[in-house]
Parts: sequence; C-alpha cells; structure tokens
Amino acid sequence: MKVGLFIPCYINAVYPEVGRASYELLQRVGCEVDYPLDQTCCGQPMANAGFEKDARALAEHMNELFARYDYVVGPSASCVVFVREGYPRLLPDYREHACVDARIWEICEFLHDVVRPARLDARFPHRVSLHNSCHGVRHMGLSSPSERQIPYQSKLRDLLSLVEGIDVVEPERRDECCGFGGMFSVEENAVSVAMGRAKVGRHMDTGAEYITGADASCLMHMQGIITREKLPIRTIHMVEILNSRS
Amino acid sequence: MSTHSKAAKRFVADAERLAWHDQALYAVREKRDRMMATVPEWEDLRRMASEIKLHTLSRLGDYLCEFERNATANGMQVHWAADAAEMNETVWELIRRHGGRRLIKSKSMLAEECGMTPYLEARGVETVESDLGERIMQLLHMPPSHIVLPAIAVRREEVGALFEREMGTEPGNSDPTYLTHAARRALRPKFLEADVSMTGVNFAVASTGALAVCTNEGNADMGTSFANLHIAIMGIEKVIPDMEALGVFTRLLARSGTGQPVTTYTSLYRRPAPGCEIHVILVDNGRSEWLADEAHRNMLKCLRCGACMNTCPVYRRSGGYSYSYFIPGPLGINLGMLRSPKRYHGNVSACSLCYSCSNVCPAMIDLGEQIYEWRQRLDRLGLADPMKKAAVKGMDFVMGGRRRFYGGIALGRLAEKLPRAVLENGLNPWSAPGRAMPPFAPRSFNAWWKKEMKK
Ligand code: SF4
Repeated sequence: MKVGLFIPCYINAVYPEVGRASYELLQRVGCEVDYPLDQTCCGQPMANAGFEKDARALAEHMNELFARYDYVVGPSASCVVFVREGYPRLLPDYREHACVDARIWEICEFLHDVVRPARLDARFPHRVSLHNSCHGVRHMGLSSPSERQIPYQSKLRDLLSLVEGIDVVEPERRDECCGFGGMFSVEENAVSVAMGRAKVGRHMDTGAEYITGADASCLMHMQGIITREKLPIRTIHMVEILNSRS
Repeated sequence: MSTHSKAAKRFVADAERLAWHDQALYAVREKRDRMMATVPEWEDLRRMASEIKLHTLSRLGDYLCEFERNATANGMQVHWAADAAEMNETVWELIRRHGGRRLIKSKSMLAEECGMTPYLEARGVETVESDLGERIMQLLHMPPSHIVLPAIAVRREEVGALFEREMGTEPGNSDPTYLTHAARRALRPKFLEADVSMTGVNFAVASTGALAVCTNEGNADMGTSFANLHIAIMGIEKVIPDMEALGVFTRLLARSGTGQPVTTYTSLYRRPAPGCEIHVILVDNGRSEWLADEAHRNMLKCLRCGACMNTCPVYRRSGGYSYSYFIPGPLGINLGMLRSPKRYHGNVSACSLCYSCSNVCPAMIDLGEQIYEWRQRLDRLGLADPMKKAAVKGMDFVMGGRRRFYGGIALGRLAEKLPRAVLENGLNPWSAPGRAMPPFAPRSFNAWWKKEMKK
C-alpha cells in the first residue's frame, strides 16, 4: 500500500512530532510511506474565511504532489474534509482522473476503515478524554453526531480500544464545538475563547489527564487556553497515543 | 472586526450571564434530544419534512392558489401582499373598516419582519402581545432575542421588577408561577377589550384551506375567541399540501423547538364563526426572489422551531442582540443575508462552521453550509473585511511558495524570542486574553524528513 503522507501547515510548523508519529504508525501497520517534500497548506484557512477561490493554486500544488500515491493520509480531520469537499469545486478541470480529493483519508479513519489492524502493541496507561471535533464528526463520520438519531459509534474509541492500559472517557456535550474554526478564532476571539474555556472545563470534569482527538487545530486552540490558565490537563494527538510503545 | 464580534465581546464580558444564557439554551437542546430519542423514525421524518417542503416550493404558486380557493370556499377572505408595506396597509385597512382600536396578537415573526406594530401604533391602534414572553419584551420596549423563547435573555428577577412596576406585583417576588398568574390577570381585560385579533400561521393546508396555529399558552385561541375580526398573516412559504403533511410537521416542530411532544395548542382555523370574519394575508416580501437563489432557497423550508439557535455554540455565548438582524443565530445569519447583504453581513463571522445547526434542523436545512457560501460571496459583493482579506492574501502568499512558508516558520521562531507583551497584544489576532500562542517547533517536520530520511 503506497501511502503519501500529508502534513498540514501548522502540524509541520508547530507539531512535527505528530507528523513523525503518523509516519511511524503507518509503517508499523505495514504501509509503504513516503512524504512528498515541501508541502505547505491545503487552503482550508482561506476558504473558511470566505476566500475559497484563492486556494486554487494550493489545491493544484497538492494534487501534483500526491499524484502518484494510492492513498493520501494526514493527521487532521478538518484539512482532509476540506480537500474532499472543496477540491472538487477548485479543480473542475481535473475530473477525468482521480484527484487527490478522491484518495485522501484522515489517518484514524484510514486505520479504522482501510488498514483494520487487529493489534497495535501500544500502551498508554492514562485517562484520556475524547475530543470529537466538528468536522471529524459531522462531515467525516468519525463518530455519530449527537443531534442525529443514529446508533452511537466512534472510530476513535474503536482504535483506542486496541491500546493497552488506557481509560477512555468523553466529556458532557460530547461533540460541542471547542471554538477554533480557523479565522473564526481570530475574528470572533472573545466567543472563541469562551467556547474553548468551556470545552476544556468539560474535558477536565471527566478527571482525564489528556485530551485527545484527530484534529490538531482544535487541540492547539485548547492547549493555548490550558497554557495560559495553567490548567492541569494536556492535549495529545490520537496518533501519538496509537504510536506509543508498549 | 465584524458588528457581531464587537457586540459579542460585550456579552462575553459578563461571565455570569454568559454561563447562564448558555446553560438555559443548552438545556432546551437536551430536552429536544430526549424527545428525538423517543421517535425511532426521526431521521425519516426529517427527510420527509424536507422533501415535502421542497416539493411544495417547486410548485408554490399552484399550492397557494389551491389554498386560496379552498379557504375562500370555507368563508375566509384571502389577501396578497407583495411586500411589508402592502401587508401593513392591508392590515390597517381591515382594522379601519372594522372600526377597530385594540389589537390583541399572538407571536408572529412576520409582524416583526414588516415592522407592523410601530406602523399600527402610529395610526392609533393599541397593539398588545398576548404571548407571555413577547409581552415581557413589549413592556421592556425591547425586541425579542430568540424566535421561540423571546424573553430568554431576561432574568426572572428582571421580570419581577418589571411586573412590580407595570402590574403592581409584590416587591422582590420573582417566582415564575406567581408572575405568570399576575401576567394572566393583567392580560385578561386586554383580551376582553380587543376588537381585532391577529395570529401568525405555522402551516396553511392547501387541500382543506385551513390554518394551523401552534402555541403553548392558548393565547391565540383566546384572542380569536373574543374579537370578531381575526387577521392571520403568513409568509407564502408556510403553505403545505395536505393534512398528512401537517402530521409530519407537527411531530417535528415542538420536539425540535422546545422538547415537547407537541405544542400544547395546535389549532386549525377553517371557517369563521357566525358573525365573525377571518382574513388571511399571504405575504411575499422577498420570498419569491429567495426561491430563485439556488444556493439559499432551502431557507424557505424553515419551520421557525428555533432548534438551530439552541444548539448554536456561538448564539448561546453571544445572545440575540449581538446580531444585527432581528432574527439571530444560524437562521438569522442566513435570512439577514437574503434580506440585505449590505446591511447584515456583519453576522456571517458568527459561525465556527461546526454544522450542529445543519444536523439539528428538522427540515434538513444546510444552515452551516449556507453560511460558508455567503462568506464566499462577500468578496464578490465588495463586502469582505479589508483586514481579513489582507490577512488571507498574506497567508496565501506565504503558503504559495515553499521558501516563503519555511522561511516564515524560521522568522516566527525568531519572533517568539520577543517579549510576551509584544507578541500577545491586540495586533496579533491569535492572542486573546485567555489563550496563549502555540510555540513553533525548533525544527519543522519537513526539515526533519529532509535530514533524517534523505541521508
Ligand atoms: S432553520 Fe431549521 S432549526 Fe432553524 S428554526 Fe428553521 S426549521 Fe428550526
């Protein structure tokens, strides 16, 4: 399985360890992993701010970079959702062959639906509160949205059940938005921080030591609040837990 | 900064009110969830509601004419109004011909939309709101801050003080039951004195020419039982094909809106009682134009249940008055833009694109997706925020070249060496009181890969 590793801009700059864990994890489950150099950004921040058209050049660049991989896999649900849903609008002339949008996966989704490992040999003896990010839940189906009459399922929970020693909990209001939202966090920063505070508080109410999820951007926003307020909880990306050695 | 963002900042500053407003509305969302859980076919109902509405909208003219024919045959009188001015004139003309002076009305968003109450007051018609929440807002001289729970932002102590002033209730008594009884007593003479009653319309059934009016207080029924002129006003999107369709909507409306199995009163008006008149005004006021807008015609499926407001994390934490359109929340952001992008684009920032609204909506309206679409239109309409546009262009420039991007990270690392006071100020938009900047890693993933993997 030839996998092209997609590392979104802010993970590249702020969370390279999430990139490394993604790489190692994919290798451990038997994928042939390559990272096409010099990736920048998928264009989501511009698009959510109302400038989707400005992301066209970035989309073309992404499409070229990943042209030769069967699977494109990245550790960020919202970026992957943007590529999947936005690129068909941005790359209308490329429709005759399978564009990157048809081959891209969020890494947890990829492990859960495609690789389906029976074991991971990972161990993480901590209580962890699941962060069900909006795009992961409502546009990718990583878990059932609480608004809908759909039997509860959670791909993140399924994956974490392969980790030894872990205690997985979910906060009250399990999929309420943490308030990141890209440009929203800047333009509406008062509400954004109020949302983030409330979210972190609910994660803390579970007694968890860590908040984990498949969207590093939500984690970054919440970590910003945790750091500023010196709260006794930390954020950690799903791949870092799944990749922890036993 | 958008108008919403500025106003929201003030709302957020009152931490106690913020927590209380958020919790009060989320509790309604949870009640709704519990109700949904009792209906296994919930998702099918939503799909049916959506399809019935889309079907009706696709032949709106036919259904409206069918409704007019049947309502007329039942003895009601049907009027058509192209816009707010025509609606107000029609209402005034009916009241004047009737010699009316006192209007008792139940809740109607359309009346708000058309500025009807001030229009009638200016012509000497006393207009009394009979819905308790609306009455509180009327006495406070404030607009409603929620379409279903108009007084949700008013604390009961404030209601107690208001009633003490207006109705002479016991000082300091803010017990809800006590205040409700006091309001009821004060309203009773208003019902008796009224010579005209007005209601909105939740659904107009084309096949039978009947009007469905849903309330929890029975105030619409009370009003229409005394006065012998009943004026019902409705947007043209309120028509539905038949009684089966009504069954689908009544199962969804109250469950979604307030978490009740059904509204306490669901009254069907079919023909006027002897000696009485019912006039129905069908109001367009922009709707047929919205119908032509493919990206946004879905808004016309709305049942006005309010669920999208209750679930919206931004609305709950910024309150109805932070929005410049009279309807707030995801619904109001979209309706405001349909009304006038120029006047109401200051609300489109009020969305983190969490899409909870799209999933909660009983008519399956893609509210979040439509807000995203409006953002894309702002630039074309010449309404994009120049600061934001510059920020995006800058971002685009940096991301557009690998040297610029990776060089930018290096610069960022350097910038972090600056004292916190320089970094975390108003000019750095990421920094906000309460959130620290994420530090750049000493080495990007790209650099790591180059060094470690390409050896
Ligand atoms: S848009 Fe949907 S959820 Fe919002 S008020 Fe209308 S019907 Fe209810």
